[in-house]
Amino acid sequence: MATAVMTSLDPKSRAAARGMSDIAIRNLFIVPTIVFLIVFNVFPLIYSLGYSFTDFRASTNSPANFVGLQNYRALLNDPFIWNNFAITAKYVIVSVVGQVLVGFGTAMLLNRTIPFKGLLTTLLLLPMMLSMAVVGLFWKLLYDPSFGIINYALGLGTFEWLANPRMALYAVAITDIWMWSPFVMLLSLAGLSAVPKHLYEAAAIDRAGPFYTFFRITLPLVAPILMIAIIFRTMEAFKTFDLAYVLTSQPTTELISIRLYKMAFQEWQTGMSCAFAYIVLLMVLAITNIYVKYLNKVKER
Amino acid sequence: MRKRLTGILAGIGLSLACTTSVFAQELTIFWAEWDPANYLQELANEYEKETGVKVTVETTPWSDFQTKAFTEFNAKGSAYDLIVGDSQWLGAASEAGHYVDLTDFVKENKVLETMAPATVKFYAEYPGNSGKYWSIPAEGDAVGWSYRKDWFEDPKEKEAFKAKYGYELDAPKTWKELRDISEFFHRPDEKRYGVAIYTDNSYDAMAMGFENALFSYGGDLGNPETYQVEGYINSDKAVAALDAYKELYKFTPPGWAKTFFVEDNQAITEGLAAMSMNYFAFFPALLNESTNPHAKNTGFFANPAGPGGDQYAALGGQGISIVSYSENKEEAFKFLKWFIKDETQKRWAELGGYTCNKAVLESEAFQKATPYNKAFYDTMFKVKDFWAVPEYAELLTQLNQRVYPAIVGGEGTSKETLDALAKDWTETFKKYGRLK
Repeated sequence: MATAVMTSLDPKSRAAARGMSDIAIRNLFIVPTIVFLIVFNVFPLIYSLGYSFTDFRASTNSPANFVGLQNYRALLNDPFIWNNFAITAKYVIVSVVGQVLVGFGTAMLLNRTIPFKGLLTTLLLLPMMLSMAVVGLFWKLLYDPSFGIINYALGLGTFEWLANPRMALYAVAITDIWMWSPFVMLLSLAGLSAVPKHLYEAAAIDRAGPFYTFFRITLPLVAPILMIAIIFRTMEAFKTFDLAYVLTSQPTTELISIRLYKMAFQEWQTGMSCAFAYIVLLMVLAITNIYVKYLNKVKER
Repeated sequence: MRKRLTGILAGIGLSLACTTSVFAQELTIFWAEWDPANYLQELANEYEKETGVKVTVETTPWSDFQTKAFTEFNAKGSAYDLIVGDSQWLGAASEAGHYVDLTDFVKENKVLETMAPATVKFYAEYPGNSGKYWSIPAEGDAVGWSYRKDWFEDPKEKEAFKAKYGYELDAPKTWKELRDISEFFHRPDEKRYGVAIYTDNSYDAMAMGFENALFSYGGDLGNPETYQVEGYINSDKAVAALDAYKELYKFTPPGWAKTFFVEDNQAITEGLAAMSMNYFAFFPALLNESTNPHAKNTGFFANPAGPGGDQYAALGGQGISIVSYSENKEEAFKFLKWFIKDETQKRWAELGGYTCNKAVLESEAFQKATPYNKAFYDTMFKVKDFWAVPEYAELLTQLNQRVYPAIVGGEGTSKETLDALAKDWTETFKKYGRLK
């Protein structure tokens, strides 16, 4: 019955009475979405590809001149841009690894019968429901060397979390880990609760140790869903803007999206920033592709 | 049913008729979100009382003022009739035709005679010395200093200072004294620090801070007519200025790495620093007891002189321009004509705005009105500004990329830093065909 509803129209329905076919109904729902996507996503994507080969500046009225690959050449030869990429890579690794460790760990702790489990899980999810900019502003206060609560609680005196060029990126990553570990935890929890209980019982009968059980049963079965969490978090971490922008302005925390924002909306180098955005897009696509390949492999097992 | 329909139609027609007639009597001014914008709204309310034209001052936070304004310009939007824009925008906004040419207006209304010369030069004229004007000086502003009078006047401190440095402790008159006093009051174990300076590198804060040292040390950004920077921004004087600014950074409160006007005022209100640089526009908050517990003990001085006796300050402030895409240009001109009148300028100063009107600035009433007006008057005749070319934001980014790590991270020598900056700027000016 369910498939019948999906493939053909109920002859008694009003739509059928008006003489609409299944295909008409389908188009009615799909065409607006497709048009919307083309107008707001595909068209700008292609249009900006065109701009990336010009010296166009949106702030002036002078016409755009075709400059070929000059923008790409200039960007890839700019040591500051490479530095931005290196910073972003470091940030993505630190923050995603941190989130997986903390998130998965919390999920393991929660995956048992404890009192108030539902309430506890809900409370742990709160950080990711806050706005990024608000989290940034709060943590800026928490990190403050003169009156921040973190230094007070850890007894660090006037340790400069955000003013120290070497520490600042880690401080941003810590904030990101705090905010997004619950997301990894939630997905991991879903994966963990789907692991059949009889596997653990069998392992217990075979006297398998906790490590063996974890690496041979828990991890492989949770891996696909954990990979999805990692893909999402990697893409998000790659695009991080607000958190780092609000927290600190160190050159050592200038992620690619911040540099891109400055290039596009402070310097109004529209052509150059389109080229930059394309380079970033290609990189995100490449990384996501690797993950997806790996995800498929994990699923096959 | 039919009656109702006619009623609705009539209603729509009436409201349409009303809105169009109201539009003709309305002006919108765009500015950043800060106290002077509120004062301007008060001034505009008086204009409405006189003429019946409603003027609304629309504001947005400083951090996205530039982006929002240029997004509107680029879209040729008519949302704003007038804009109180930063002096650096002159090049970008005039070359792209976003601003109405005010040259004739300036000449006909003798703006050149009534306003302080430096303000017309930096807020209104582009390109430099071309005699073409795009704005009317509106909010004069420059960097000045506030200090803790009670710390400076403490007899024990005075004695200890004299013993250590060999001269009287007083508001500094030179950059050397500024440095000494910063060092003297820098006592991290007492949670007291020497000085608060600008360090934020996300827009123009770092440039505005460093310029105070650069110009007073006799250095310059470059030649404004030939755009040559080699030998200017990396001259010995400029290198000495960067060394001086770097040295001041050592005496700042902990975590002083992303600071601008908010933090620098906090340094005084929280009792953190002995001295703090800031735009004059932010000083009213320091005299207000509800925002500054040390209001009674806060004093002010103009940016001190460098070793060669040069004394300049970085220019802040804005001119008011008419947006080319406005549908009410005629009304906007009428408003400007009213705005530049001596009486209006006097009222503007009374409300808290920083007038650029020479007569008002020179009047005793103005100079005695607040403890910092005298310093403001002194400063407004010796200000210099950043590049106003359309690519100023790229020049700012390059300055931030080179100077910030040098000051906050202590990387490289000042000579290396400024040599690299001179190279970056030369390349940028070549890219835009200003330098062969």
